[in-house]
Amino acid sequence: MRYDHILVRYGELALKGKNRNDFEKRLRRNIQHALRSHSSCKVKRTYGRMVIELRGEEPGPVMEKIKPIFGISSFSLAMKSPNEFDEIKETALQAFEQTEGRKDTFKVSARRSYKSFPVRSQDLNKEIGAHILRNTEDVRVDVHHPDVEVTVEVREQGTYITCGRTQGAGGLPVGTAGKVALMLSGGIDSPVAGYLAMKRGAEIEAVHFHSPPFTNERARKKVEDLTKVLTRFGGPITLHVVPFTELQQAIHKEIPSNYAMTIMRRMMLRITERLAQARHMKAIVNGESLGQVASQTLESMYTINEVTNTPILRPLVTMDKQEVVDISKGIETYSISILPYEDCCTIFLPDDSVTKPRRDKAAYFEEGFDFEPLIKDAINRVETVKMEEKAAIEEEMDDLL
Amino acid sequence: MVYLDNSATTKPWPAVMKSYEQAAVSYFGNPSSLHRLGSDAETLLKKARESLASLLQVKSEELIFTSGGTEGNNLAIKGIALQHQNRGKHIITSSVEHPSVKEAFSDLQAFGFEVTYVPVDKEGKVHPDEVEKAIRQDTILVSIIHVNNEMGTIQPIEEIGNRLKKYPKLYFHTDHVQGAGLLPLNFQDCYVDMATISGHKFHGLKGTGLLYKREGVVLSPLFHGGGQEQELRPGTENVPGVVAMAKALRLTREQLQSNSNRLVTMKDYLMDSLLNLEEAKVNTPIESSAMHIVNVSFPGMKPEVIVQSLTKRGFHISTKSACSSKLEEPSEVIQAAGLGLERAKSAVRISLSIDTEEQDVKEFVDQLKETLTEMNKVLGAKRS
Repeated sequence: MRYDHILVRYGELALKGKNRNDFEKRLRRNIQHALRSHSSCKVKRTYGRMVIELRGEEPGPVMEKIKPIFGISSFSLAMKSPNEFDEIKETALQAFEQTEGRKDTFKVSARRSYKSFPVRSQDLNKEIGAHILRNTEDVRVDVHHPDVEVTVEVREQGTYITCGRTQGAGGLPVGTAGKVALMLSGGIDSPVAGYLAMKRGAEIEAVHFHSPPFTNERARKKVEDLTKVLTRFGGPITLHVVPFTELQQAIHKEIPSNYAMTIMRRMMLRITERLAQARHMKAIVNGESLGQVASQTLESMYTINEVTNTPILRPLVTMDKQEVVDISKGIETYSISILPYEDCCTIFLPDDSVTKPRRDKAAYFEEGFDFEPLIKDAINRVETVKMEEKAAIEEEMDDLL
Repeated sequence: MVYLDNSATTKPWPAVMKSYEQAAVSYFGNPSSLHRLGSDAETLLKKARESLASLLQVKSEELIFTSGGTEGNNLAIKGIALQHQNRGKHIITSSVEHPSVKEAFSDLQAFGFEVTYVPVDKEGKVHPDEVEKAIRQDTILVSIIHVNNEMGTIQPIEEIGNRLKKYPKLYFHTDHVQGAGLLPLNFQDCYVDMATISGHKFHGLKGTGLLYKREGVVLSPLFHGGGQEQELRPGTENVPGVVAMAKALRLTREQLQSNSNRLVTMKDYLMDSLLNLEEAKVNTPIESSAMHIVNVSFPGMKPEVIVQSLTKRGFHISTKSACSSKLEEPSEVIQAAGLGLERAKSAVRISLSIDTEEQDVKEFVDQLKETLTEMNKVLGAKRS
């Protein structure tokens, strides 16, 4: 007998009514997507939780894939037994013996949601506990601080037995909150902002501004890699690469250098908003944190924000740099973000940017030149790629290995 | 043509060659270059590294690509010795190592290191007790070969590793070159700090290899240069070679499952046939020896003559290990096992691979018998 199931619990799913169904369906789909390379696994919805049948797959790698999925509060390896008391006892013993880590003390917590089963949960606790004690050595019961909690759940389809649980990623299943546009540079902040938006159920499409030849292939590759890391938390992500060179050159030429940064940001926001509208995205997410750099003063946000009335979500707005760095290390975007390739924000960057730009001035400078054709042209030439965990070229590479 | 010298090198598989060629042509960029070709090559290298790491059940960062077994052994041994010589200058190895380990140790002797050579028994086996006995306050390194390349003896690496873990001051290295393909070790279970692997021993290409180095182990590099491979092995990465090695190891592991019984049967047949031959003295131990190596002596005969005669018949085997077989000297390994000078002078090695067919082995035995009869005639004529 081996651990051949994984029980998946979802916390915030104490949601009501119609939402719950959507939520469960979405979560199931996200789990299935994450496990697509483990083709034997089956994901089943049972009341209030999900069960993954491993069907011969190794549990370790499957658990690794489940950990980052949003919407899961915790999960456990489980053994399933038919609703026969003797078999339940034996399965519980096996589950206890095969669980890893310290196990000098234990307790049994039985729950009988299938009321036709003849043994009551109090008696289940006692009898199963006794069976484990009889068949092990140097193991004691400790009902207050056990090393291992043997959980026994008697359900109509069978009894699931688990020992301990692993913390899930929390949050809401990606996709349950709708779609947002993530402004993704190559830096540390924006991938973290995307991650946090996904945590609350948003499905993201990434928008990146690329200025060849001033930003090179490596910079673009970096953004693709970052997007790919984010797919781990909820399926494929569409990446829009906006050709930004012409607009940047025009800004450089036509706008006083101390306002170039502000105007550039306004242009980016205009383009992102139009992409969002065309693709039914209801909000824009960026990695701004209040007061972190010159373009992120309150005055600057106020001036830049003027060009759109689509909500801008700023998940990092109150975070310190170190907090953001810690998250980015945790989600493994940090090592990619710190690669030294310039993005379009760092080239043409004047030394004399105003830290307190004004709306009227920004608008006045923009009037001096007709940027609209360049904006339209950039949007027309957007390159849209669907980033899977693996891109086509990588599959080609994988064939070589 | 029947090739039975797979411990010397194996024939690269066609699928491996195809990967090599495609990688060499389509991904020829330098992984350090900034352009797309460079970053593609870097991605491919990274993927190959990940693939090898997962096959070896280690982390990607724990692999350092080298040019093969000799370099891996030298990097591990000299790298530890030079880096940690302030802690102590005593190092331990066995009396049955490959020349690339043995010579690295004797080179270190010239730099003031003291070496203890742990003896082996008649089966060529190192005893964990002996290794433990040799440890001193100032011991910083123990290096023991996993599968002996001449006799095929499997050393108790896991047992030795478990004993050595009590001595946090010393590092444990194993030459895993002969074992990596058919008898893979789990480095964590064996408490091995470093292990050497060579690509061409499992149907990859010459000039490829890797050193496993457990996270946290600090080495001094043999080469200095552009910082590749965590500055431990600078030089433009051999991307197609590494890709070929990854492919070869994956295919080997896949094939091993369905072929290991067959290999064992072939080896048993070979051993049985040789044990029944009057002229033969089998040096490979029956228990705990690798499934692909059989070493046998024909006392009174010149092994070169047997090898030459069989080659003419289309059967290729070797005398001793390929790395020392050109020197007309008795086998040090067989002498170290105490099997005597006569056996050490007259040993040949037959080594199999996943590609070997049962029919090949049967025919080989027949041809060997004929060769021996012929040689006996000549020798007999001379004697009379």
